[in-house]
Amino acid sequence: MAEQVNDFLRRYGTLAALGLLILLNLLITPNFATLQTLNVNLTQVATIVIVAVGMTLVIATGGIDLSVGSLMAIAGALAPMVFMGKIVAIGNIYVAVALAMLVAVVATTILGAFNGFLIARYRIQPIVATLVLFIAGRGVAQVITNGNLQVFKVPEFQFIGLGRVLGIPVQVILMLVFVALAVWILRRSLFGRQLLAVGGNEKAARLSGISTRRIKIAVYAISGFLAGVAGLVVIAINSASDANLVGLGMELDAIAAVAVGGNLLSGGRATVFGTLIGALTIQLVRYTLLANGVPDAAALVVKAAIIILAVWLQQRGRAAQ
Amino acid sequence: MTTPLLSMQNISKHFGGTPALTEASLTVDAGEVHALIGQNGAGKSTLIKILTGYYTKDSGRTRYQGDDFTPASPKAAQAAGISTIYQEVNLVPMLSVTENICLGREQRRFGLLDWHAMQVEATQLLARFGIAIDMTRPVGSYSTATQQMIAIARAIGFSARLVIMDEPTSSLDERETEVLFQVIRGLKSDGVSVIFVSHRLDELYAVCDRVTIMRDGRTVKTGSMAEVDKLELVSTMLGRDVARSAGRTTGFGAPAHAAGAVVLSVQGLSNGHSVKTVSLDVRQGEIAGLAGLLGSGRTETARMIFGIDPATAGKMTIAGAAHRPRQPADAIAAGLGFCTEDRKVEGIVPDMSVADNMMLALMPALSRSGIVDEARQREIVAGFIQKLGIKCTGPGQKIRELSGGNQQKVLLARWLAMSPRLLILDEPTRGIDVGAKDEIQRLIRELADQGLAVLMISSELEEVIEGADSVFVLRDGHSVVHLTAEQRSESAVLAAMAEGDAHG
Repeated sequence: MAEQVNDFLRRYGTLAALGLLILLNLLITPNFATLQTLNVNLTQVATIVIVAVGMTLVIATGGIDLSVGSLMAIAGALAPMVFMGKIVAIGNIYVAVALAMLVAVVATTILGAFNGFLIARYRIQPIVATLVLFIAGRGVAQVITNGNLQVFKVPEFQFIGLGRVLGIPVQVILMLVFVALAVWILRRSLFGRQLLAVGGNEKAARLSGISTRRIKIAVYAISGFLAGVAGLVVIAINSASDANLVGLGMELDAIAAVAVGGNLLSGGRATVFGTLIGALTIQLVRYTLLANGVPDAAALVVKAAIIILAVWLQQRGRAAQ
Repeated sequence: MTTPLLSMQNISKHFGGTPALTEASLTVDAGEVHALIGQNGAGKSTLIKILTGYYTKDSGRTRYQGDDFTPASPKAAQAAGISTIYQEVNLVPMLSVTENICLGREQRRFGLLDWHAMQVEATQLLARFGIAIDMTRPVGSYSTATQQMIAIARAIGFSARLVIMDEPTSSLDERETEVLFQVIRGLKSDGVSVIFVSHRLDELYAVCDRVTIMRDGRTVKTGSMAEVDKLELVSTMLGRDVARSAGRTTGFGAPAHAAGAVVLSVQGLSNGHSVKTVSLDVRQGEIAGLAGLLGSGRTETARMIFGIDPATAGKMTIAGAAHRPRQPADAIAAGLGFCTEDRKVEGIVPDMSVADNMMLALMPALSRSGIVDEARQREIVAGFIQKLGIKCTGPGQKIRELSGGNQQKVLLARWLAMSPRLLILDEPTRGIDVGAKDEIQRLIRELADQGLAVLMISSELEEVIEGADSVFVLRDGHSVVHLTAEQRSESAVLAAMAEGDAHG
């Protein structure tokens, strides 16, 4: 009986917590059951989820990516320079925006692949290898922009942060697309299976002919790509890009979402859906506290408590096996 | 009649709805070496874990040194003088030998650690095992066998009254096993009792006084080793009369037809240190045995053939074509498969399903533009589960929940699915219970009869002599002799392993 309870908690604990939170809010938070509340929460959580999807894949291989926040800053620094014509003047605004997005995302993808290369080729610990860009990345972003705040008003670009399709914010759609894509990759694709095998037992994977090096480089490249997208969304919302602030602390928010979502931090198992639920739970806790007049600083403490609780539940679930 | 040191009577234990132990009993006298045997799942480990405080029993009575004994935790059992040595080495690789031995019972002086006293104590302990090594080097830099001896020394260091050894010899070579036996005899003369769990029957006869045989969670027989012969031991353990051809104790049958053309040929292979000059041939439809003591270079040879480690000299050909693998993927492409000796570390992906584990190597071939053909995969997996008789609740069950024998079958299927030319099996039946062992040996013979070339490494002489159609013996990294089916015999293999001269 106790084992079944533990198993249930491990599998559905976060989902149950999210349900309870919603119930609680319906009771105590004024105007909770409105479309606006839903929109506010989803738009705020979207960038975290987009980054956390990549983090889920990285963690499934037994790694970690600390560089995502800095990569967001780099994407955020590069894109405005292109569409504002600071590098070369481009006549057509649509071409300029498309090129800006492409340049930003390609850059962060390559930097992500570089992380993977360090880890796979030179067997550097992921936490150390990605620390390089965690530190240097933000510096690079500041050098690119000379430390200046870039302010812009380009609706064609800001569509990804402020626009809506059928009433749904575009970044929420982006978030759902990436979640769905990652779920599908893990379930159905060769890459997904091989990725889980590398995380579950790297030696066995290599002996089965899997190129563990290629898998790792790809997974960090994906994480870099998603960080780039998230960086673009953030500056689009803000109508400004500050290399000091874009993506600050994002690596920890993403890791927290992954942990609360019930992913094994040691690798070999991955639930992207869990990550989504984890991110939503953390977001809703913060919202609940703010909406009820608790200051943001106190909300951080509660966030930490939730992470501890989630990890504790995981441990109990594993001990019961 | 003196009271026994340990008496466990009518012990029962359930996990959920399934009984793990039903009225099991175990009695160990002071200064006795007691063999505890049974197939995997017979209840040996559950019984031991109740004794050592990992589990609590549902019912029954345990008396230890004359008193009722219900340890609340492994620590409590250890404090009472019960030490356990597991199959896997429980040491901290980065710490020094001394630190490992004294871990958890450091000696202090003025509130600081007294390194000198600990060094002296640890050295004395190891001296009892005839081991003299640098105590300041990290444990991880020593061989598995040495680590195992250090682990044993550490356990016995806790002024033990009762030492439980769970397959302690699985990573030791024959000389080290002999040293271990001397230690066990020494313990015995000091009045310490030993519970000895092993799948190697010869060892039980070499060192044990009495035996308790378990089956399906019950104690089915207890007796003096001198009164139970090998066949009775095995048949009691399996609960049936084992039908065997005369003189055979393994499941290999005779080959159905003569061997065909040479599939793999290795000439003068070397890695510069543990493998010096190894030469061998494996033919289609035959099982070639690779014998030798631990450290003779068997596994290292296999790893070079499979492209895991680089060779520094020598020539390899597969079906006449040069074979120079730079990574396992190259060897797989050349039609090779390799079941490693350590299933847990290098074989299974524990959290993945039986199906995903089985399809790990084949999956790229089953995919079109990166998407796995699930229907085709289901069909292949179901086929192998049925063909190899893999016991699982279904293809979706996690592989770590399977018994050792069934895990091994899944790994065999992983390679068979690739339709390989040559399968390298490193200790294919290690740590597998007797019934499943028989089945796997029979399966290997069947595969060879169907035309597969098999290179089999085994530490069990019976397996090599009865199973292999041609035996290559290695000694200190050299091929010393090649025995054909007519020449192979226990004495010939033993002589070559011990004192064979290097040739070609």
